[in-house]
Amino acid sequence: MSDLTRLTAAEIGARLASGAVSSVEVTQAHLDRIGEVDGAVHAFLHVDAEGALAAARAADERRAAGSPASPLDGVPVAVKDVLATKGLPTTCGSRILEGWVPPYDATVVARLRAAGLPVLGKTNMDEFAMGSSTEHSAYGPTHNPWDLDRIPGGSGGGSAAAVAAFEAPLAVGTDTGGSIRQPGAVTGTVGVKPTYGGVSRYGLVALANSLDQAGPVTRTVLDAALLHEVIGGHDPADSTSVDAPVPSVVEAARRGADGDVAGLRVGVVRELTGEGYQAGVQQRFDEAVELLVEAGADVVEVSCPTFVHALATYYLILPAEASSNLAKFDAMRYGLRVLPDGVDAPSAEEVMRATRDKGFGDEVKRRIILGTYALSSGYFDAYYGKAQKVRTLIGRDFAAAFERADVLVSPTAPTTAFRLGEKLDDPVAMYLNDLATIPANLAGVPGISVPSGLADEDGLPAGVQVLAPALADDRVYRVGAALETMLTKAWGGPLLDRAPDLTRGDA
Amino acid sequence: MTTERTLSFTEALERFDPTLGLEVHVELNTASKMFCGCSTVFGAEPNTQVCPVCLGLPGAMPVLNAKAVESAVRIGLALNCDIASWCRFARKNYFYPDMPKNFQTSQYDEPICFDGWMDVTVPDAEGQSVRVEIERAHMEEDTGKSLHVGGATGRIHGADHSLVDYNRAGIPLIEIVTRPVTGTRESAPVVARAYVAQLRDLLLGLGVSDVRMEQGSLRCDVNLSLSPAGSGLLGTRTETKNVNSLRSVERAVRYEIGRQAAVLDGGGSVVQETRHWHEDTGITTSGREKSDAEDYRYFPEPDLVPIAPDADWVESLRARLPEPPRERRARLQEDWGFSDLEMRDTVGAGALELVEGTIAAGAAPSAARKWWLSELARRANEQGLELGDLPVTPADVARVQALVDEGRVNDKLARQVLDGVLAGEGTPDEVVERRGLAVVSDEGALSEAVDRAIAANPDVADKIREGKVAAAGALIGAVMKQMRGQADAGRVRELVLEKLT
Ligand SMILES: [Zn+2]
Repeated sequence: MSDLTRLTAAEIGARLASGAVSSVEVTQAHLDRIGEVDGAVHAFLHVDAEGALAAARAADERRAAGSPASPLDGVPVAVKDVLATKGLPTTCGSRILEGWVPPYDATVVARLRAAGLPVLGKTNMDEFAMGSSTEHSAYGPTHNPWDLDRIPGGSGGGSAAAVAAFEAPLAVGTDTGGSIRQPGAVTGTVGVKPTYGGVSRYGLVALANSLDQAGPVTRTVLDAALLHEVIGGHDPADSTSVDAPVPSVVEAARRGADGDVAGLRVGVVRELTGEGYQAGVQQRFDEAVELLVEAGADVVEVSCPTFVHALATYYLILPAEASSNLAKFDAMRYGLRVLPDGVDAPSAEEVMRATRDKGFGDEVKRRIILGTYALSSGYFDAYYGKAQKVRTLIGRDFAAAFERADVLVSPTAPTTAFRLGEKLDDPVAMYLNDLATIPANLAGVPGISVPSGLADEDGLPAGVQVLAPALADDRVYRVGAALETMLTKAWGGPLLDRAPDLTRGDA
Repeated sequence: MTTERTLSFTEALERFDPTLGLEVHVELNTASKMFCGCSTVFGAEPNTQVCPVCLGLPGAMPVLNAKAVESAVRIGLALNCDIASWCRFARKNYFYPDMPKNFQTSQYDEPICFDGWMDVTVPDAEGQSVRVEIERAHMEEDTGKSLHVGGATGRIHGADHSLVDYNRAGIPLIEIVTRPVTGTRESAPVVARAYVAQLRDLLLGLGVSDVRMEQGSLRCDVNLSLSPAGSGLLGTRTETKNVNSLRSVERAVRYEIGRQAAVLDGGGSVVQETRHWHEDTGITTSGREKSDAEDYRYFPEPDLVPIAPDADWVESLRARLPEPPRERRARLQEDWGFSDLEMRDTVGAGALELVEGTIAAGAAPSAARKWWLSELARRANEQGLELGDLPVTPADVARVQALVDEGRVNDKLARQVLDGVLAGEGTPDEVVERRGLAVVSDEGALSEAVDRAIAANPDVADKIREGKVAAAGALIGAVMKQMRGQADAGRVRELVLEKLT
């Protein structure tokens, strides 16, 4: 039955619909696969076999009764541990939330359940989504299925690795500065950051509220679109949620898969290529652009001069919002509580201090300090205020670029997966991983990362990113699917077929 | 806690000018909280009116209560404020256990209402009014409530542990902040009190809050500073927190004037700080020092979208505002023909609406006032009730007066009718019926009673026959006694005089 894990979600959906397999069989196959490989990959922080199988049985009953809840009814899914799951631990990769079991479901999770998708478990991540490698998880890093000594990207490395290692056909991630797309690029999988507000943030433990966006993590563009239509759409519980129908992303993915990009204007962002990008990554990207030209797209170079300030802007706005968001972790109502050493009858303040000292990791503390500083009176205008102005300019650069192009493209991440520990002591080097993905978050526009191939120098996956104007998510699916079709053809099969077999110990 | 030296009020004012500032927090009476659907009903079991949003659980997000925005705008309009065409919420960041998120969702530099004023009528100063300028009225959420257990004082100091009730967390608040009020001199305490009282009436008239100071739905912080008399300068201010009765507002201002004057007079300087008000002793004590460096690190709340009240909607709210209390009072006083003193007493007794209702139900203004301010006020006082809480309606009172006017009961009986109504025996007519309280208007029976009285008191009868009409009182009394009070004394007098003169 292990070949069930090699199927795409669309294929599983079709087999469930035809009765060829049951959801219990599919779910059990993935649980078995998790049992087999997750000791090495460590994509999951918590596996809910019992809950997943119960949901699978319910899905099978609906299918048998001829009333499936959705096209993905019975297709299992993994959920990043930053989304609240009723009755399932939710830690955000942090010690401070160890053992916390939310009394409610995030809207995204509620929608997964309503659509009948069994939740396999919660995936690993950098603590509170701060990082690009999962090395900042308080529960140990996730390993890249392509090379277990390397990082799977971050913060959503767990979701990407789970999908890349065939532990789940689908996963949900969140992307604040690239946390869906960069892991997608370095694990040879597909990741989509929808338009800001396209997917509800209710129940997503906020890193930076104005940047966070949940989205699909899958192995194919069509699967991402199918999942997008399940989790997307207006949510009255999220005031920033867009009150508009979900773009027809499944239709766009199917249309793109037919190679239909003739006449499409594709802009290559000058500031997001060239210097600073690994040669093999750049090469695969250039080839992908060439394929688009061959398919009839009009490729132009566009310039977005303010993008060079995106990283600095991001590292003011994000820590500012995060420093405030993380204040609630104070040991008073839930999560970790640490009593200070040698203090008799400690005050609430002393308990808060001791708990936050023990409960937060270094990267979290670093950003709390940065954010607190950026918001301090006397510095607010120079830092947070200035960052918001630059953010506006970045939005204008996007607007100008989208006058000339229907979509923008760039390499997703500047490099392939680096080795675990390699950048741990150099925060700025770590931050640079998100150079190309951050502008989309600052402007709220949608983006996809699809595999562009393996870099010649290390044989590791690289990704190409496609960006579109806000609410035009369908365009990233169309172009992403077209690239996927053309590249898969060129490779002679899916890129992940070339990943090592984790069960044979040759990774 | 040491009592600080104070200067007498008179001495203080000889040397210094007080400047007032008032910050009033009003809990709105919306059915649900500011950012979630939880109930706002007062007095529920602790932590039963909570949800992931108002508990600040990880991942939960706020959704703005539209009714609260409407109330905020109506308050702003009633206070003659400008209404922002676009404004945002901000996070006020500080750690405190009764604040679930460790930031308060409030408004900072973009309040929804700003630049207003209220003309405050100062009691005991004939016709005088003071214009209090309103700097801003903004929306925010309330915090939870801490209960400190194990200490002697109920304060956190010395407590053994604390309990927090989050039912109050997230209840919509409007904070109304005045600009500094200067030039009030010796009236400062009464002006402060009158402002809060008038604001309370205005909010009551708008129907946006229960404005019960004793339940904390209207809370007042008093800012006060002194400057050398006539200098026109602004001194260092203190902020006395939670002064939660009208009387306390007046007392706190008076106390701080005396205390600060003593500090300054002794060559010291006033410390900018928050101070605690002690209702029992009538003094303030030092709280935490509030330096300018206190930094709430405000920034716009990214989980909420900006508020942009539609101009037409604002105008429609303005058009439907109730008449302001001050104007209404002036109009009613004129209509009713009350003297200033009568009007002030009526308002002071909290009887304005009751008298108005009684008049509307047909009673003459003077009669309506008489019943509420004497007879009923006495009973309310005896039972420790507010006038409005007596189980009698303005319509009942009007009916009692009508019974008097119709001659069916006399004043004494009318009071017994009210007793019956207050005892829950029914409407005035039912009480008259059940208690048999109507005056005897059977001429034959009355005439016989008069004859009996004359026969029994021949001496008195002779005096009347001799022209000493004043003696009639004794016979009238005798008749009333026979009739157990249920007779019209006027008619009895007529009969006595008819028979004897
Ligand atoms: Zn609530």
